[in-house]
Amino acid sequence: MRYNLPLFPPQASTIAPQVDALYYFLVAVSAFFIVLIFSLVIYFAIKYRWSAPRKGAAAPHDNPRLELLWTLVPLALAMVIFGWGAKLYFDLNRPPADALEIYVLGKQWMWILQHPQGKREINELHVPTGRPVKLTMTSEDVIHSFFIPAFRIKMDVLPGRYTTAWFEATQPGEYHLFCAEYCGTKHSLMIGKVVVMEPVQYQQWLDGGIPGATVASGPPEARGAALFEELRCATCHRETIPGVMLGPSLAGLFGKPVRLHSGESVIADEAYIRESILNPAAKLVAGYQPLMPTYQGQVSEEGVLQLIAYIRSLGEANEEGRR
Amino acid sequence: MNSPVEAAVAVGTEDRGAELREHYLNVSYGVKSWLLTTDHKRIAWLYLVSISLFFFLGGAFAVLIRLELMTPQGDLVLAETYNKLFTMHGLIMIFFFLVPSIPAVLGNFLIPLMIGARDLAFPRLNLASWYIYTFGGLFTLGAVVAGGVDTGWTFYTPYSSTYANSHVILTALGVFITGFSSILTGLNFIVTIHTMRAPGLTWFRLPLFIWAHYATSLIMILGTPVLAIAILLVGVERLFRIGIFDPALGGDPLLFQHLFWFYSHPAVYIMVLPAMGVISEVITCFSRKRIFGYTFIAFSSIAIAVLGFLVWGHHMFVSSQSVYAGMIFSFLSMLVAIPSAVKVFNWTATLYKGAVSYHTPMLYALGFIGLFTIGGLTGLFLASLGLDVHVHDTYFVVAHFHYIMVGGAIMAYLGGLHFWWPKMTGRMYPEGWARLSALILFVGFNLTFFPQFVLGYLGMPRRYHVYPEEFQILNVMSTAGASILGVGYLIPMVYLVWSLRYGAIASANPWRATGLEWDTPSPPPTDNFSTTPIVTREAYAYSLQEAERVV
Repeated sequence: MRYNLPLFPPQASTIAPQVDALYYFLVAVSAFFIVLIFSLVIYFAIKYRWSAPRKGAAAPHDNPRLELLWTLVPLALAMVIFGWGAKLYFDLNRPPADALEIYVLGKQWMWILQHPQGKREINELHVPTGRPVKLTMTSEDVIHSFFIPAFRIKMDVLPGRYTTAWFEATQPGEYHLFCAEYCGTKHSLMIGKVVVMEPVQYQQWLDGGIPGATVASGPPEARGAALFEELRCATCHRETIPGVMLGPSLAGLFGKPVRLHSGESVIADEAYIRESILNPAAKLVAGYQPLMPTYQGQVSEEGVLQLIAYIRSLGEANEEGRR
Repeated sequence: MNSPVEAAVAVGTEDRGAELREHYLNVSYGVKSWLLTTDHKRIAWLYLVSISLFFFLGGAFAVLIRLELMTPQGDLVLAETYNKLFTMHGLIMIFFFLVPSIPAVLGNFLIPLMIGARDLAFPRLNLASWYIYTFGGLFTLGAVVAGGVDTGWTFYTPYSSTYANSHVILTALGVFITGFSSILTGLNFIVTIHTMRAPGLTWFRLPLFIWAHYATSLIMILGTPVLAIAILLVGVERLFRIGIFDPALGGDPLLFQHLFWFYSHPAVYIMVLPAMGVISEVITCFSRKRIFGYTFIAFSSIAIAVLGFLVWGHHMFVSSQSVYAGMIFSFLSMLVAIPSAVKVFNWTATLYKGAVSYHTPMLYALGFIGLFTIGGLTGLFLASLGLDVHVHDTYFVVAHFHYIMVGGAIMAYLGGLHFWWPKMTGRMYPEGWARLSALILFVGFNLTFFPQFVLGYLGMPRRYHVYPEEFQILNVMSTAGASILGVGYLIPMVYLVWSLRYGAIASANPWRATGLEWDTPSPPPTDNFSTTPIVTREAYAYSLQEAERVV
């Protein structure tokens, strides 16, 4: 357990300090009224306790002027809070025209993020600093909500309609991405990270081209392993959180029979694995839901061969896939 | 030297005759005399027993939730189970405990007594309300036994209507049926308050408890049917695949949220308005003073009930609802905060130059003022558009509404239960234990829910079975607080039951309070009053002189 007590999330977008300013203001207003009410209640309760000597005129039980005052002062404060909040809300809902556009698809229980250049990420979003990013989002099934606390943005992601959100990141680093709208069994695993990079690094990352090209040499299973990480296959096919896996384990899979949802059984050979990568819904493994997106166009035929080689290598070293 | 109130408690022994006198508890015996009763006081007990059972069931679910959240991993229960736990906790606590709590128990018992009537306007309808509530409750319990439901108490579509693989229909039926109990109770209260007030009891002589229940009843009657419709439509879509909410069938998922919150936001006021009514009674009695600004408080209840119907969209600021709609809902939400603020100031001013004594109901009332102030102020954070975007659906919201519902409504319910316990049972509870548990509850409550404000601002989303490690320390604090809170709820359970048999005999008016309910013996006779009271003065005619004489 970590013992340091955090109070504020990191401030990593242009809007974050503005939201925090309103938060500080509200904390100050609340603190003022809480201290006021608590001290008055305690002071009166002690000073006017039943056993205290009583002197002076009888207590008032009405004072319309005073009551009007404590109606109007909170009202004025509430109007300030309203105006301030509304202004921020407008800013949050108006993406700048020159924003980088990224498409977001939410589905039970993963985020799929599509860059305009063709790169696709799962549960991970790379963005540059200093450039507005506009997200156009939709859901394949139920309502999700795209939430990046460090950026102070959140927007529901609905089936059958497009919603938008935008941010401009300011601090390089890795931040949480959460689904904030309850979406079913593994809602709390519908999380990921946002990687904010300096523009130069971002460009390099973007230029990485089609995955698989990054590890140019070495035996195919090593290149497949790198590709496995790069395509975030481990999100579902490795036990990242004890006892929880979204997809079937791949350890010891190769060459063994696999029971399918349809009741049939197939041998996990090269053709089956290739089909499962490119058209995952075709042969669904029994006990799992059709969560996996297609990797058609995301990985080259050479990459598929390398992935097969990697999965085959897991057959010998059983521990590997469960790590 | 005894406080004015203690002096009265001591003379309570004068009424030893209660054992011999006929009253509503000893007029008849046997299961049938209770299950077929039309006496509002006995029906209040039927509700008290049933909502207490639901409270401890909902509480048990909360214990499991807090235990699971002690560690970041999902190591106590499966994700499916966790989701069912928070769903059942919410459903049971809201629909089967909080909504009926003060109105159906204290309201049922006290409204006729407070207005000098023999019973509610429709006694048989009152009994029917309890049966409907119980019938709905059985459906919900059935859903729990059958394996539970995992939609969240909010039933958001299309998850609930299409995707959830749990007992949605059974649970929805339970909520649907129970709603009618609420509607009928509200109807009964309104007719009673309009037509059965004692001679001389004009509207502005009514105790504020009655004003609060009048406002609550309006919401029950006008809001509950909309919830029933929303729930019914979920069932229709789920069973018959008729497209209403699921876009795959041509529906609109946001329509459900509009319908649901049109009831469920006002429902918060169903829980908290009666609580405010209780506080007004208790504060005046233990300050020996008339309430400060009676008219402001009375009308603020009505203002809250009316404005409360116009703010549902503040639950939907990040749902893609129009920016302009968001602005209007935010503006109206700010307005609804004002009457609540007025009440807090008025209660505080009531203490000024009073003769304050610290009996258990008063400790609960003072605790209520503090916790409700925190709950209300944090509501402004959520009503403020730009800030809500960040804290929406995080633990900030969880903390906020628990401050209102647990810190507010349950504290007031317990305070009221202690205040009127002598009237309901003819027995006093042990004061020392009662003060101790009020204190334990206050400390435990704050330790449980205050850290959740911080968690929420840090970004921890609601309804997470597993969570990132950096949130653990605050969750451990919250769980520690919850264990204290749990003890605080168990102690009253034990000594209240104990007091039924062994408590000191209570006099007709142990607190020297002014309401009509104190003019009749404790426990009251079946007909409430031997002669119809005639009211000649305003509510809360306390005087300090009287207090001094006793001292």
